[in-house]
Amino acid sequence: MNFSEGLQLLPITLTDGLVLGLLYAVIALGYTMVYGVLGLINFAHAEIFMVGGIVGIEVLTFGTAGTGMHPALQLLLAVTAAMLISGALAVVTERIAYRPLRLRNAPRLVPLITACGVSLFLQDFVRFIESLFGNFIRPFPDFEFFYRSVELSDSVIVPYKSIAIVLVGVAMLIGLTYLVNYTRLGRAVRAVAQDQKASALMGIDVNRMIALTFLVGGALGGVAGVLYGLQFGKLDPFSGFIPGIKAFTAAVLGGIGNIPGAMLGGIVLGVLEVLAGTYLPILTDNAVGTEYKDIFAFGILILILIFRPSGLLGRATVEKV
Amino acid sequence: MMTSELDRPRDWTWWVVAYVIAAIVIKVQVFSGTGLLDTFAFLALLASLFLASSVAMAPWARAAIFVVLLMAVIPYIGLRNTFYLDVVTQVGIFAALALGLNIVVGFAGLLDLGFVAFFAVGAYTWAIFGSAQANQFLSIGATASFFPLPPDFFFVILMLTVIIAATAGVLLGLPVLRLRGDYLAIVTLGFGEVIRVLANNLDKPVNITNGPRGITGIGQPLSSVAKALGTSLIPPFKWQALIYYALVLAVIGLAIFFTRRLDNSKIGRAWVAIREDEVAAQAMGVPLVRTKLIAFATGASFAGVMGALFASKQTFISPESFDFNQSIGVLAMVVLGGLGSVRGAIVGAAIVTILNLQVLKALSTWLNGLRADGVEILGYSLANLPAQFEPSKYERLIFGLILIAMMLYRPQGLVPEKRRAHELARKAGEINISAGAKKL
Repeated sequence: MNFSEGLQLLPITLTDGLVLGLLYAVIALGYTMVYGVLGLINFAHAEIFMVGGIVGIEVLTFGTAGTGMHPALQLLLAVTAAMLISGALAVVTERIAYRPLRLRNAPRLVPLITACGVSLFLQDFVRFIESLFGNFIRPFPDFEFFYRSVELSDSVIVPYKSIAIVLVGVAMLIGLTYLVNYTRLGRAVRAVAQDQKASALMGIDVNRMIALTFLVGGALGGVAGVLYGLQFGKLDPFSGFIPGIKAFTAAVLGGIGNIPGAMLGGIVLGVLEVLAGTYLPILTDNAVGTEYKDIFAFGILILILIFRPSGLLGRATVEKV
Repeated sequence: MMTSELDRPRDWTWWVVAYVIAAIVIKVQVFSGTGLLDTFAFLALLASLFLASSVAMAPWARAAIFVVLLMAVIPYIGLRNTFYLDVVTQVGIFAALALGLNIVVGFAGLLDLGFVAFFAVGAYTWAIFGSAQANQFLSIGATASFFPLPPDFFFVILMLTVIIAATAGVLLGLPVLRLRGDYLAIVTLGFGEVIRVLANNLDKPVNITNGPRGITGIGQPLSSVAKALGTSLIPPFKWQALIYYALVLAVIGLAIFFTRRLDNSKIGRAWVAIREDEVAAQAMGVPLVRTKLIAFATGASFAGVMGALFASKQTFISPESFDFNQSIGVLAMVVLGGLGSVRGAIVGAAIVTILNLQVLKALSTWLNGLRADGVEILGYSLANLPAQFEPSKYERLIFGLILIAMMLYRPQGLVPEKRRAHELARKAGEINISAGAKKL
């Protein structure tokens, strides 16, 4: 492996990194929104993402397969279904596992533990349902269409699936930004994030706004799930775990609770990870193989927490008594 | 025993003694095999320990019951059937882990989701030096086969394990413990994964952990004693099982002793203070990071010691023994028993371990039987169930339900600690001064 060959890999690596980064960004939004409003890390978000992906795969496998619909349209249908189901699931989760604790003013540790419980329960529940019908590792249906590619130059060949992911992902980011910053609902959500009591006094239904936050965050997670399945070709009930940790890292990297931060953090982390996965084996002569790429993100998380816990775009917070 | 201050609690001494004697007789004479009923008889026997520790009775009787059961009856039953010794030893290993995690989560209120990582650190420490594995990267002088260390070196390494595991705890805790508790949860979660990935991949360029193949031939301490005791009637392996039982019992005893002492010491008070209100504790001069680090290191060292014991008992370990399920299982034990409750941690460990070892396995076997017979439920023939469908693999479902249900309906646990129960069982609407619902 010499220098010029390494250089040739660079454009495609960056493209892959961008795609992965967008996926992380869309998942990270779910973490960051809930954190911004409730100050709670929703551990179950990784599973909401996974459920969305599985729903998308099932829609494509049993719903639209063989209907002769255009693949892009099929993907949109799958994404829509995943949005609905994941969003609903996130709302139900909040209703059952978090809201009673919030109303009871439980100590901080308690919702963390239930969140963890919900996450485990969902993993095995999905596995249970899939096991009734056979194998629980679900392959993403093969679309010849998404493997066609655009040649930008000799070394940069972009498959349609990357384009699809970038288009849907960017649409989600723009949609969310509009919703949060330019609508009445978004303003209400921001008010609740700033001060729940004052918002309630101003006539905002706080519980509804919190449910809405979960709905939007969950829907985004579901979309990311389908796109993740498209990119990596298969999903199983335990696929949420690693992307979940990485997306959380992305949210912390950008500054947790900060929406533009989550987008930036996702893209930075995705690019860094793909770069590390490509070049570390080359630089170390395979002593450090690609299997270390999963813990690479974790190292980044530790470094951020040591040097800048508030993240790239976050502001340092001072706890008042 | 919910009695008011005025009536004296009833003295249950003779009832409990009668129950224990009955349980012993039934187990030894009637149900002496290993079937389902025999297992239940054994559980009834174990339950008498819990009974003796929870009702009001004469101290001499309580001590006598513990000594007779742990030192005589269980070894006797176990030597006839090592299956029972294995069950008790397994429960013991997890009880010690639960005690360790209870210090971290229950006393100090720090949620650690990767506790099994420290267990793995301890296990690999003994596995590498107690087997021929260390020769792969350490050849001292000309003799390339300096390892395995003699099995009885185990006790030396055990001391070392305490230090190594505690150091790992401190190293992990240092960057995170300055921050809010939620970060700790996710970082420990990641750390568990990191340890697993390292164990899986450190077989190249230098073979340290032997990668996914795992390490075999791990030395067993006191095996010479077991050999010497071996007769035609009771072969050495049964004595070895008994030795492990004794070792685990000793570690549990020490763990309970330390936990109780720590809980009532200055450090223990400081843990409770930071659990209840960090800001107030800090204002009263409790050093936050140091106190948290001590909790973390103590919990980690418990896990490390048990890991070393576990490795030598199994004589084989691989990265698969230390997956996320184990961490969550231990957390479920602590939550089920009651956060911050020493007896709760042990009871939780017993319930979860027996559920996993016995009940789910029995359910799997039963279902497989039904599947083979093609029984129909509501017109759905069970023969159509895919072979992948195994109840014994649904640990996470069980753990998840335990965590959610306990936190929603009985946050103080099954065997709560008094002060904690009082604090968590507040009725809704009561004023809660220490509610940590401060928005940042």
